[in-house]
Amino acid sequence: MKRGSDLVLTDTASALGDTGYVDAHRFVIEPAAGWAAIDVREIWRYSELLYFLTWRDIKVRYKQTVIGAAWAILQPFLTMVVFSIIFGRLMHVSSGVVPYPVFSYTALLPWTFFSTAISRSSTSLVLSANLISRVYFPRIIVPLAAVLAALVDFAIAFVILLGMMLFYGIVPGVEFLTLPFFILLAILTAFGVGFWLSALNVKYRDVAYAIPFLTQFWLFVTPVVYSTSIVPQQWRWLYGLNPMAGVVEGFRWALLGQGQAPVQLIALSLISVIVLLSTGLVYFQRVEHEFADVV
Amino acid sequence: MMNDVAIRVENLGKRYRISGPSAAYDTLRDTVAGAVRAPVHALRHRGAHNGSEEFWALREISFDVKRGEVLGIIGRNGAGKSTLLKILSRVTRPTAGWADVCGRVGSLLEVGTGFHPELSGRENIYLNAAILGMKRDEVRRKFDVIVNFAGIGPFLDTPVKRYSSGMYMRLAFSIAAHLEPEILIVDEVLAVGDAEFQEKCLGKMRGIAQSDGRTILFVSHNMEAIQHLCSRCILLDHGHIAAAGDCRSTIAHYLSISREQARPDDWIDVSAHMGRSGTGEARFVAVRYRSDLSSIDFQPYPSGPLDIELAVESDAARSVGSLAVTITDQSGTKLINADTVLRHLNVDLKQGVNLVKVRIQEVNLNPGIYRLGLWLADPIRVHFTDRPFDYVESALEFEIVNVEEGSNMLHLNGVVPCEFELLPVG
Repeated sequence: MKRGSDLVLTDTASALGDTGYVDAHRFVIEPAAGWAAIDVREIWRYSELLYFLTWRDIKVRYKQTVIGAAWAILQPFLTMVVFSIIFGRLMHVSSGVVPYPVFSYTALLPWTFFSTAISRSSTSLVLSANLISRVYFPRIIVPLAAVLAALVDFAIAFVILLGMMLFYGIVPGVEFLTLPFFILLAILTAFGVGFWLSALNVKYRDVAYAIPFLTQFWLFVTPVVYSTSIVPQQWRWLYGLNPMAGVVEGFRWALLGQGQAPVQLIALSLISVIVLLSTGLVYFQRVEHEFADVV
Repeated sequence: MMNDVAIRVENLGKRYRISGPSAAYDTLRDTVAGAVRAPVHALRHRGAHNGSEEFWALREISFDVKRGEVLGIIGRNGAGKSTLLKILSRVTRPTAGWADVCGRVGSLLEVGTGFHPELSGRENIYLNAAILGMKRDEVRRKFDVIVNFAGIGPFLDTPVKRYSSGMYMRLAFSIAAHLEPEILIVDEVLAVGDAEFQEKCLGKMRGIAQSDGRTILFVSHNMEAIQHLCSRCILLDHGHIAAAGDCRSTIAHYLSISREQARPDDWIDVSAHMGRSGTGEARFVAVRYRSDLSSIDFQPYPSGPLDIELAVESDAARSVGSLAVTITDQSGTKLINADTVLRHLNVDLKQGVNLVKVRIQEVNLNPGIYRLGLWLADPIRVHFTDRPFDYVESALEFEIVNVEEGSNMLHLNGVVPCEFELLPVG
């Protein structure tokens, strides 16, 4: 039988004698401090893990499926078809000057990303239980990776939108350049919700059951099938507190160049994203040290 | 921190909140798991009064580990060994005290952690290495060595779910082994895997112990391995350090306290043992085991007999077709099942307490810690209902000791000793 020692330590310790290297890995273990600031440097140090977990999620998602990544297109596309028939044709929901299919698909694009991202990230910690209870790493990487992995679906589905715009002869104006901002807004919203729900789900598995209901409800208060214009003016401020309302209206404005820039709505959405994200971070930070004991 | 100290631990403590009477669980692991499983219960019994109580898995733990030192950590199940390692590897936080750790920590406890069955061997190497904290160019540099060591070359692009368990383990271990941490944590790893895998782990540990600057924390029930590898030893008992110092005296201390639990030739009360299932119409209330040599306090030894006396309480007179004594190893593999049903023997029980004596002629197991299990059932009824009269999976732990002179070797290659010789060829 081969001796492990002969084989394992072939190119060994010389690199480790270097004290600088050792000090880089020095750490002090203490009881959890309660309210602590998020350690961005630590997360940065584990950026490769973030990359690999994202990559794993993407890689694994469509394994053993027949049509693979086409699911990323099919989901929003078929929803768009159904919406166009029911809301566009049968119920005559107003979509302004834009054809209803483009109108709804432009909204479904960020919406599908958002709902996929939050449902995946909220269960992500529990699904990584064996990782969390055995290895140290900043736990926040897990919900982060789940959200980032959903971006790939978004990118694939985006190609279809370009095709549709070509089909309907819609040429975006310079507003198009603001699109990255709205994508970022959607990502940050998903992060905020993901931090909250994933951390809560570790302790209270009820969250996993509430997610489908939550996304359904959230869809109704987001201008996906309808336009914000049907919301009474005096309630717009409340409506704008839903960050996804700002995202969706922003998408429509940036891509389809419909009407005025929804500045007021976006400003409100921006505020609530900041609140959502910062409270989510704080809550996550506060409970993260318990995960290994509870999960 | 002084340059030669790799780990300094000061007054470290870890408290878990548990709910319900703690006696309902027989190990800490179960206790904690039970507390976690019953959050509703915990909510209902708020505060420390109504059945919810605090449990210190570790308390006032202080020690230093010098750079390059191999420290053994021993203790019974639930003594806090795993909790200590989890704190030192930063998986969980302590409740009190602190620890200063100088160097990259790697652990063979994490073998295969984060492997995804759908991903290929190649992909899992990168993923697993990232989880263990390796940088990508580091992995790229060691990739071929990892693959060669694991011996999975032709299957590199096959999903690991198609691997045999041996290949899976080899790959997982190979990645962990090439992490090359300054501080290596090994927890019970010798209890899992086949003999070859265990040998690899020990070989790896020996290699690391010999190379300079490496620090090892080694948790094991294998006292010979501890003695062989460790320069120093600490003994945990109920979350405290019960003894620390050189291996020989610490192990002796450990054996003296662990024998309190199940000393040979003493009756051990199992009437309140919680880890059991069955109808209880007839049940084990006490057990006594012994071998035949008074010179070693009747400890069982590989070639010796093992007598097990059982006190069985029955609520009515009955003739029982299946009474069994089982011996399992630490990882729960059943090694011996001496069941009367195999000999077509019936045990006649009268109402009240009966004595039954089973003799295993020769235990034929290598030295080590084993568990004794007890089983009592009606073979036909249990076939249909899955309910024995009584089944105690682990009534007690006992040790099979070495009686042969000069064979103080590591018994790594199997649980069963055998006679063998080299034959002349040709």
